[in-house]
Amino acid sequence: MTTNGENSREDEIKADKDIDRQTESEQVQEKQQQVHKVSIRNLEAWFGSKQALKNINLDVEQKTATSVIGPSGCGKTTLIKCLNRMHEMTPGAKAKGQVIIDGMDIYARNIDPVIIKRRIGMVFQKPNPFPTMSIYDNVVAGLKLNGIRDKRLMDEIVKDSLEGAALWDEVKNELGKPGMGLSGGQQQRLCIARALAMQPEVLLMDEPTSALDPVASSKIEDLVHDLKKRYTVIIVTHNMQQAARVSDHTAFMYLGELIEYSPTKKMFENPEKELTERYISGKFG
Amino acid sequence: MSSFFLQGKRRGDKIFYIVTIGAAAYTLLMLALIVYTVGDGSQKIFSFEGIKFFTGTNWNSVEGRESFGALPYIIGTLISAGIAVAIGVPISLGIAIFLSEMASSKISTPLSFVIELLAAVPSIIYGLWALFVFRFWILNLIEMPLYNAFGKSIPFFGVTPFGLDWFTAGIVLGIMIIPIVSSICREVMRAVPNTQREAAYSLGATRWETVRIAIFPYAKSGILGAAMLGLGRAIGETMLVTLIIGNAIGAAAIPTSLFSPSQTLSSLIANEFNEASSDLHLSALIGLGAVLLIITMVINIAARLLVSRMVKVSAGVKE
Repeated sequence: MTTNGENSREDEIKADKDIDRQTESEQVQEKQQQVHKVSIRNLEAWFGSKQALKNINLDVEQKTATSVIGPSGCGKTTLIKCLNRMHEMTPGAKAKGQVIIDGMDIYARNIDPVIIKRRIGMVFQKPNPFPTMSIYDNVVAGLKLNGIRDKRLMDEIVKDSLEGAALWDEVKNELGKPGMGLSGGQQQRLCIARALAMQPEVLLMDEPTSALDPVASSKIEDLVHDLKKRYTVIIVTHNMQQAARVSDHTAFMYLGELIEYSPTKKMFENPEKELTERYISGKFG
Repeated sequence: MSSFFLQGKRRGDKIFYIVTIGAAAYTLLMLALIVYTVGDGSQKIFSFEGIKFFTGTNWNSVEGRESFGALPYIIGTLISAGIAVAIGVPISLGIAIFLSEMASSKISTPLSFVIELLAAVPSIIYGLWALFVFRFWILNLIEMPLYNAFGKSIPFFGVTPFGLDWFTAGIVLGIMIIPIVSSICREVMRAVPNTQREAAYSLGATRWETVRIAIFPYAKSGILGAAMLGLGRAIGETMLVTLIIGNAIGAAAIPTSLFSPSQTLSSLIANEFNEASSDLHLSALIGLGAVLLIITMVINIAARLLVSRMVKVSAGVKE
């Protein structure tokens, strides 16, 4: 009896210690998370037998905008498509490595890629609203996939998302009209709103202004400044000035490798690598 | 000198214009010819029977007791084609979705080739296979069990089945239209831009949800067109139906049971054209052709209207 009681007390103490240790490690983890929203470790990607990404390591801070620049074919689009497991949707494409978002490796074996995409928003080169849907239905398309049918909740999210995408004032009186009736820049902001409606943790933007005119592009750039207050934004761009304008950090890629990753100001004023300098000064690319 | 060259070029263009407009005029001429031939040939029967040609159920070509009513064959045509579409189109959609959205190109390329090959098989081959093989499967696996279970209690299953009836004919027609309908649906779905798939996938849509929210809405007018093409083929198909449908005549051709033999407009024409001796009988057969022509035209126009309305809904689609 007594021995049993002692044992159980010992167990209790042990358990308490375990809890302490756990909370400690959780706190450490939390700290890490606050610093690095996205951590990419040893990421490699292929199209068939052609390697598109070679051993990428990269940490992205929370609520910042990070640009990925580099010449065509350097793997920058492949890189961000690996961050929501979109890359592997291409037939013959595969990826290997770790992408840790909020402390969770999205390439872990038990992870459903569909769930990952619901948590990470993505905006594409060309505006791609659903052509048969109204503005309203476009914004709630993702919510409906998640089974949300509550009209009042949807109304609220539509307003929030369109405001977040700086489109609300322009369309608030015509939410029932087809999304395709909007201009190209408005369509792109509609696509941003559609991504925001899912309340994503990370927003990926793949050359979001490449199909837009300069005025529409600058609106999207302004928007990125607002978005990074609430979301972690990773933006692929062809346009170095755009990278300099919108981002806090910039990653320069070349032939599937990450050449340099530093604060944007440093990257454009005083790059570490000669290759970066040559690209930024327009000597190739 | 330069003006000389220009003139030569313009003359060539003029000839080209005339040649193409001639080719285009052929379609109108052909339509006019067909309408005239059918209209002229069936004039006799329409003045003999009047509206009763559409509503009558009697079919008697014996001289002195002539009576021609096409209603049973209109019904037979519509329900056998209806079954064909009801069976063929969903299966075709499944095939098309698999080929364009699910399968890797290693599988979809050879499979697509096989389907195109099947689409090129003449319908009489399907007919022979159905007559000698497939109808016994239907008979033994579906019709006999249904007849044994419900034949005494439910009149709809009350006729002794032989596998030669409108039900079997409809199924075989469905099988016949699957290759062409699925092949067109696959093309239509592959034409949906990848950006639409990406949009759906990036919202966390599963493959089925992507098909539902991105592929179907974009491709629906093309899918409807494919279904209509299948319906048109099923309505017009002659020899296959003649082999399978049991070739009932008169009021007996109105299906009262799932297993009753029936007759379609085209199969009746094929059955009786050889033995049509009197002018009136011949005119009645051409009259059946006129009815068939009207049915197919109405269906085509309806489909066209449906498609154009759908296109209006998604107007302004920018690639």
